[in-house]
Amino acid sequence: MNAIDTRQDLAIAMRGVTKIFGDDAAGALTLLQSGKSKAEVQAETNHVVGLDNVSLDIAKGQIYVVMGLSGSGKSTLIRHVNRLIEPTAGEIVVNGTDVLKMSLDELRTYRRSQIAMVFQKFGLLPHRSVIDNVAYGLEVRGMGKAERLKEAAKWIEIVGLSGYEQSRPRQLSGGQQQRVGLARALAMDTDIILMDEAFSALDPLIRSGMQDQLIELQKSLGKTILFITHDFDEALKIGDRIAVLKDGAVQQEGKPEDIVLRPGNAHIEEFVRDVNKARAIHVRSIMERGAHEPCEHSVPKDARCEDVLPLFAEHEWVGVVDEGGQQIGRVTAKQVIKALARYTPGVG
Amino acid sequence: MFPELIDTRPLRRAVDDGLNWVVRNWGGEFEAAAYPLLMLLKAIENLLVATPWWLIMAVLVSIAWLATRGWKLPVTVLVSLLFLGVMDLWKDAMTTTALMIAATITAIVIAIPVGVWMSRSLNVRKAITPLLDLMQTLPSFVYLIPTVMIFGPGKIPALIATIVYASPPLVRLTDLGLRSVDPAVMEASRAFGTNPRQRLLGVQIPLALPTILAGVNQTTMMALSMVVIASMIGAGGLGYQVLQGIGRLEVSRGLFAGLGIVALAIIFDRVTQSFGKQLQARIGLAEAR
Repeated sequence: MNAIDTRQDLAIAMRGVTKIFGDDAAGALTLLQSGKSKAEVQAETNHVVGLDNVSLDIAKGQIYVVMGLSGSGKSTLIRHVNRLIEPTAGEIVVNGTDVLKMSLDELRTYRRSQIAMVFQKFGLLPHRSVIDNVAYGLEVRGMGKAERLKEAAKWIEIVGLSGYEQSRPRQLSGGQQQRVGLARALAMDTDIILMDEAFSALDPLIRSGMQDQLIELQKSLGKTILFITHDFDEALKIGDRIAVLKDGAVQQEGKPEDIVLRPGNAHIEEFVRDVNKARAIHVRSIMERGAHEPCEHSVPKDARCEDVLPLFAEHEWVGVVDEGGQQIGRVTAKQVIKALARYTPGVG
Repeated sequence: MFPELIDTRPLRRAVDDGLNWVVRNWGGEFEAAAYPLLMLLKAIENLLVATPWWLIMAVLVSIAWLATRGWKLPVTVLVSLLFLGVMDLWKDAMTTTALMIAATITAIVIAIPVGVWMSRSLNVRKAITPLLDLMQTLPSFVYLIPTVMIFGPGKIPALIATIVYASPPLVRLTDLGLRSVDPAVMEASRAFGTNPRQRLLGVQIPLALPTILAGVNQTTMMALSMVVIASMIGAGGLGYQVLQGIGRLEVSRGLFAGLGIVALAIIFDRVTQSFGKQLQARIGLAEAR
């Protein structure tokens, strides 16, 4: 695979992680390893397979999205990373340390200092003010009152909730509550943030705004974010890499365009069919490479097809430039249309 | 008739002899052990009796105002207290209140830790629940008589009987309150690396407080309902007036003392309930789904 795939550069590495819910997990595990499916194991032993031999490599500084429908095991997966759920088998290494070998005390220290989490149902403390909620993680860590309130106030401002410091969570809208949840996680200043369907409970418009904010925050802070969602559009919008989960097993893993352009199986094709492909495909993956003569108009190299489409009304060629403003390629309307049409499953 | 399968007489005799043996050999120790309880009760009673009536009225009325920020409850409390004063029941009412408060304090000290323990372990819960059922359903005379035998008639057995009868709802509601804290909030707290003590004191107890307070309310009510029985073994107070009324066939005495108990019940019930509601509103559970 690519060059960064060495163990030091991984924030989170999961190897063969399997989780079976039930009293005799070991017995059911033997069945599962002998090649039986999730449904067969459930029928025979009444044990639910939450995760089935999941291996993931999550590099530092990216937004890694795990996508799956409800019951696919995605929420189970994310809870393994901070060991809210213990796996039945497998290995989980975070920042070079084996999470499963930690004692209870080490685990608490690890949760306090290395990893923060944002929840679908927010998980705010209803009896505390917004600022005390944001400062909660720091308080648990043992930071002094003045210092943690100062830190919390800073993050409240960053997520755009200034003026609500003394409000109670219930006085806020869903979107605002999740901003509190996000600020609480960011205030921990950990390298890794886990987000469990963090935006799923929000209205579409607010959700879109939160996604933009998350992308921006990630760019400026360089955090590793493991993001869980059931929404393929959301996964394509924010994900640097995506893993698709079904029945507790990883179906396909790769860059967003890999998944859109080359869906691994029928299940993923179903998602891809309904998706806005113009959003998923980066222009750099379909452009004519090379330093052609400069175009009148150009877009940055991480632009997507939907960003260049309006430009074709005025221009025949649109340039693609890197961070330094150097043109690295160009693209025509024809190429874009071809890309969008070609990859429609069942058509081309 | 049910056939006599075994001879139960030895068993009965063993129980009786056992109790007698305890009374003979351990009576002094038991009394010494219960001495702090007696001191607590005496201290509260002396304080209430020594405090001038108008001061007690002022304190209770302002507590009622603090609990509701309205005029209805303070007026109710004032009228109830005036009734006790006018009917010449003031001193008895203070004695009864002291018994109730001492029993409630002791119940809180015992019941809340037991409730916490129950909420954390299914086995403990399974073991304690039948015991609580027993404490609530066993006729109080059954344990009243042995306690009188051990401690002698007086305030201690009355207090102990009241505690036994009044604590179970507080244990149950503490357990229930702690268990029904939103699991999402508990999980979030866990994810931030809290230890069990931090979760109990920082999340569970604050969020269960309205339920626990409902338990305290229940305990005060049940303690008040024990006053007549308690007065039979020397607790004095309003219950004793009721007993005398019955004994002398003086309906008026029994009736007014009985209404005095009702007046006390109204005061303590409404005040504790209002505090519970206020707390609930502050935490925001009232609007939660």
